[in-house]
Amino acid sequence: MITLEHLYKNYITSRSTITALQDINVQVHPGEIFGIIGKSGAGKSTLIRCVNLLERPSSGRITVAGAELTALSAAALRAARRKIGMIFQHFNLLASRTVYDNIALPLELAGYTRKQMSDTIVPLLELTHLTDKKTAYPAQLSGGQKQRVAIARALASKPQVLLSDEATSALDPETTVTILQLLKNIRDTLNVTILLITHEMSVIKSCCDRVAILQDGELIEENEVGEFFTHPKTDIAKNFIASSVLQHLPAAIERHLLALEQVDTHPVLRLWFLQGTVTQPIISEISQQFNLHINILQANVEYIKNHAMGIMIIALRGENIKTEPAIRYLKQRGVKVEVMGYVPNDIAV
Amino acid sequence: MFPMTLLFSATLETIYMVFVSGIVATLIGLPWGIVLYASRKGNIFAHPLLHQILAAIVNITRSIPFIILMIAVIPMTRVLVGSSIGTNAAIVPLSLCAMPFIARIVENALLEVHRGLIEAATAMGANAWQIVCKVLIPEALPGIVNGLTLTVVSLIGYSAMAGAVGGGGLGDLAIRYGYQRFDMRIMFVTILIIVLLVQAVQLMGDKLAKWYAHGKS
Repeated sequence: MITLEHLYKNYITSRSTITALQDINVQVHPGEIFGIIGKSGAGKSTLIRCVNLLERPSSGRITVAGAELTALSAAALRAARRKIGMIFQHFNLLASRTVYDNIALPLELAGYTRKQMSDTIVPLLELTHLTDKKTAYPAQLSGGQKQRVAIARALASKPQVLLSDEATSALDPETTVTILQLLKNIRDTLNVTILLITHEMSVIKSCCDRVAILQDGELIEENEVGEFFTHPKTDIAKNFIASSVLQHLPAAIERHLLALEQVDTHPVLRLWFLQGTVTQPIISEISQQFNLHINILQANVEYIKNHAMGIMIIALRGENIKTEPAIRYLKQRGVKVEVMGYVPNDIAV
Repeated sequence: MFPMTLLFSATLETIYMVFVSGIVATLIGLPWGIVLYASRKGNIFAHPLLHQILAAIVNITRSIPFIILMIAVIPMTRVLVGSSIGTNAAIVPLSLCAMPFIARIVENALLEVHRGLIEAATAMGANAWQIVCKVLIPEALPGIVNGLTLTVVSLIGYSAMAGAVGGGGLGDLAIRYGYQRFDMRIMFVTILIIVLLVQAVQLMGDKLAKWYAHGKS
């Protein structure tokens, strides 16, 4: 549905040439939600703005819904843009227009009659739960409501593709969830293909089918979201995942953490439960089998699409703890084990 | 006896001068301001040379004191209205003086419009003309209305100056009766009427701007 081929974007200044995007190749399939994640300055915004040519790439080919945008005349490009909806971080609603008239804007541009407009807008107001706000002005709305207006406006011209430029970055976590839910709902009911960029792992986790990482203008890893979380390939991917699911030791324990085993200490382990292992009672198994007392310090299980993954930090206590066989057993069962250190026994954990 | 009819007709003359020159100046200043904005580097009709020329004209005309401008354009006034004295003759320099002022105000109001809105409209497939008419002008309207209010208030002041060289209106009355005949009553009433006119214009302008702002602070 969206194909980017060998996309380059350079900014030429008087002193040097800055490469913002380097050989970007992306293929977004129909009906898919594709996420591109990257830190600020990675080139995410430039990339998504290239898709509808708000920004002209220096070279490369862009095809959206069968039309090769990079080859179109100005007038044909304007027509093609009507079939590509876009939403923004700061909503970009017209303060001078009501909710209804904001949604009507793309239809006015396309020359719809009043009747046609109303036939299109009324169902969109229902879809975005804005029917009671249709005569309100943007200044009277909350951030989430504004973004819903923007989504309705982007959908008004019945696009096949929706581009989302950090659409939830200015919203609080709760509102973010409702907006992402709405995007998924739109994909499911209207079969709109969505390309979104974000710097938040939680966005990728909760609504994307596939994900790519953008780092310094290059796409360095691309995968199906469940696979991406359970089997990250690059260090940057691992860092992104770690920052979103990683559990840290409570400060009181971390203070006493020793790197090496000593007399009267017990080990603290970080366990990574990947696909399959998360549903099994492994903790209770090692407790019984090795006669250990297990103290769970932190635990977090995430369900991403049909994959589950969990991270747990545990302390092993008991008489004459035999760490080695327990760790071996865990590894055998498919759990990734990391020994974080050793805590003196007299520290209350 | 208090010259009520004189005051009344002078007030009407002032309103007439300000009204007509305000409209003429807006008709030219508004598109001038839009072109000034649109021709800026990086904007929808980017044309740096055109922008520089238009900006230079604004700066030059705005730096000429009104009283000198009024005299300097007398030949042009004669051609346009057939006379260099009277209410209609005063409209020519008043309009000329207000045009660049309005152009600058419109440009500034348009610059206040968030770039993201232009981007959103572009992404919807709007052409440059649609962006100007459907996005830029409506969004800048509160600022433009405030600027026009300011212009009209200035025009009331300038129209009094035009009265000093035979332009008619309240300024003319204040000079002839108040100053030259030492009639303090007329002087006082004239000032009062001008103050009331300015108040009324400002009040209406504020109301209108607030209405167009739709709750936006």
